[in-house]
Amino acid sequence: MSADNSTSQEIPNPAVDGSELIRFDKVVKRYGSNTVLDQLDFSVASGKHVTLIGPSGSGKTTILRLLMTLVRPDEGTIRVGGQYLTHEEKNGRLVPAGEKHVREVRKNIGMVFQQFNLFPNMKVLRNLMEAPVTVLGLSKDEAEQRARELLDLVGLGDRCDAYPTQLSGGQQQRVAIARALAMRPQVLLLDEVTSALDPELVAGVLDVLRDIAHTTDITMLCVTHEMNFARDISDQVLMFDSGHVIESGTPEKIFTEPEHERTREFLGAVL
Amino acid sequence: MNWNWSHVDDFMPLFWDGVELTLKALLFGTLIAFSLGLVWAIAQRSEKKWIRWPVTVVTEFIRNTPLLVQLFFLFYVVPEWGPSMSPLTTGVVGLGLHYSTYTSEVYRAGIEGVPAGQWEAATALSLSKRRTWTSVILPQAVRRVIPALGNYVIVMLKESPQMAAIGALDMLGQAQGYSQATFTYEAISVVGVAFIVIAYPASLLLRALERRLVR
Amino acid sequence: MMSSEFFQNWFLPGIWVTIQVTFFSAALAFVIAFPIGVLRTSRVWIVRFLAGAYFEIFRSTSSLVFMFWIAFTVPPVFHISFQPMFAGVLALGITYGAYASEIVRGALAAVPAAQREAGIALNFTPAQRLRRIELPQAWPEMLPPFNNLLIELLKGTSLVSLIAVADMTFAGDLLRLVTNESAPIYTLLLGLYFVLAFLLTRGMRLLERHAKKRVGQTPEKTSLFGGMRSRSSIDAVTGTGGAK
Repeated sequence: MSADNSTSQEIPNPAVDGSELIRFDKVVKRYGSNTVLDQLDFSVASGKHVTLIGPSGSGKTTILRLLMTLVRPDEGTIRVGGQYLTHEEKNGRLVPAGEKHVREVRKNIGMVFQQFNLFPNMKVLRNLMEAPVTVLGLSKDEAEQRARELLDLVGLGDRCDAYPTQLSGGQQQRVAIARALAMRPQVLLLDEVTSALDPELVAGVLDVLRDIAHTTDITMLCVTHEMNFARDISDQVLMFDSGHVIESGTPEKIFTEPEHERTREFLGAVL
Repeated sequence: MNWNWSHVDDFMPLFWDGVELTLKALLFGTLIAFSLGLVWAIAQRSEKKWIRWPVTVVTEFIRNTPLLVQLFFLFYVVPEWGPSMSPLTTGVVGLGLHYSTYTSEVYRAGIEGVPAGQWEAATALSLSKRRTWTSVILPQAVRRVIPALGNYVIVMLKESPQMAAIGALDMLGQAQGYSQATFTYEAISVVGVAFIVIAYPASLLLRALERRLVR
Repeated sequence: MMSSEFFQNWFLPGIWVTIQVTFFSAALAFVIAFPIGVLRTSRVWIVRFLAGAYFEIFRSTSSLVFMFWIAFTVPPVFHISFQPMFAGVLALGITYGAYASEIVRGALAAVPAAQREAGIALNFTPAQRLRRIELPQAWPEMLPPFNNLLIELLKGTSLVSLIAVADMTFAGDLLRLVTNESAPIYTLLLGLYFVLAFLLTRGMRLLERHAKKRVGQTPEKTSLFGGMRSRSSIDAVTGTGGAK
């Protein structure tokens, strides 16, 4: 399993290891009168595993939702692999992008949700095959082979014919991870993927993610409250507060000698 | 296109007579539907099987057969052994009876929506059965079903022209009479537009009411 | 009593006409309901407005008056003519299509937003999301209110007798004029409608169970006499309710 982008050759892809893959420039996101992200700048290098931490309401999940284009920024720009995500250049000016452009850039991004969001009307195998066939245009055989490999990877090779409702939460989340990977994204967004799980099921999901993090060069952007997991897989931890990155660094640095008062408070409360 | 506005002008006096009759039928039909529906709903919650069963059978039968045929039945069959009714009276009884089986479902949902704790509280206060219904359950149930009941009034309005089939001179009956007498066809259009003009604002009103009452 | 000859010549064909009118009107209503219901969820306001206008206008229309209008006003005004049955099917299909569009819209709106988001995350186009994710999940939710609406439609087909379509109500009326025996005729007629409604309900329940199984839900058991009306948050008769 690798995050090679064999299916996206037509995209000029300047992202080689170590270069910038995701870039937020002065991004503002408001919900009504509530400004969740305020002039946010940050970037993620290709192949890195970045964890976003911070109190709830600090805008971490909004960043993932912006990247997945589930919400659009009010101001500022987001670039993925050097391409604008929700804007396109026309006559030297940036204008809001059309659906086609968004999809073109978005195909480099995959996401795993807190509530799994598997399609209840499809069996497990078809959950994994549907998008590769309809969106990427893979043949059924190819898609099925890819799906079965991924299900083996997450330890559910024997549950191909189950409906999602017949699986435990942990199993559903592993299927959801496999489903996201079936699209061969360069970036995997993980939105509190263990928060909805019973405690005894968390470890299985984290093992799968750890495995993926260590054996592939996929870029991961992860919002989590599992600090041990963050420490284990992250190259970089970003501490958020009130829509700003107030501190960033290696997990060792953030978890053992945080500089910022707010970081210390937050870690003191969750660890 | 053949269209003659003077036919519309000529029809208007008859049209207003028709409106009057339609609204009269609607008013009395609604009264029957609202009260009889409540009787059905309460009867269907009865503990006695011999009350519950016949009521269920009768309401199911009425609800699943056409109003038009029921009107024919009331108009042609009932007088053979019962009272003879005018077309208007038949229309009122038919509409009221038919839609009472729908309002009973509305009441039922409303009654089921009253939290079980309310019944228990009434028992704890040793209220009589009648008192429990009239001062605890129904006031809460009826309030939340008012918009749904109102929607059925609009449905009854739209179905009321079926009275014309037994000779009632409602809006449609007047239009038919005028058209056949004068060999013209404008009158139906007037009536058709009139229904939209009455029903649409009424449904807007109910939606506003729903937002205020239900939540 | 009713002569068997008359029964064979009028009543049996009448039953068949009622079934035909029900079938064709339901088909037309179905074909109208899906595009209108989907367009009513459009992000483009003018599309939403026009589809919504269709719903509001025909929900506010009396189907009998509309049927008379199509049968008796349209032909002379627009210089076209058609079969009475065509006029009846057209009127029923167009009005019930409006009600059914509310069922489609309400069921689509009830599909969790998270499913749409999962579709975006897998880079489906909006059309693919609708076709592959939203409609298949909304479908089982549509069937109970569709069942209720279909019964209403079956009852509504009796109106075609008033524009001289020889359905079973028409046959009953004719028979009354000929024999002057109204009690057995109308009792039989009501019984026939009830039986047809019962059969339709059985058929729809089967469809419902099948559809629920296909989306991985376990269908609840319904008793034979558990009432013919299906429970749904959408009131098909008044065209109200459902998720906003």
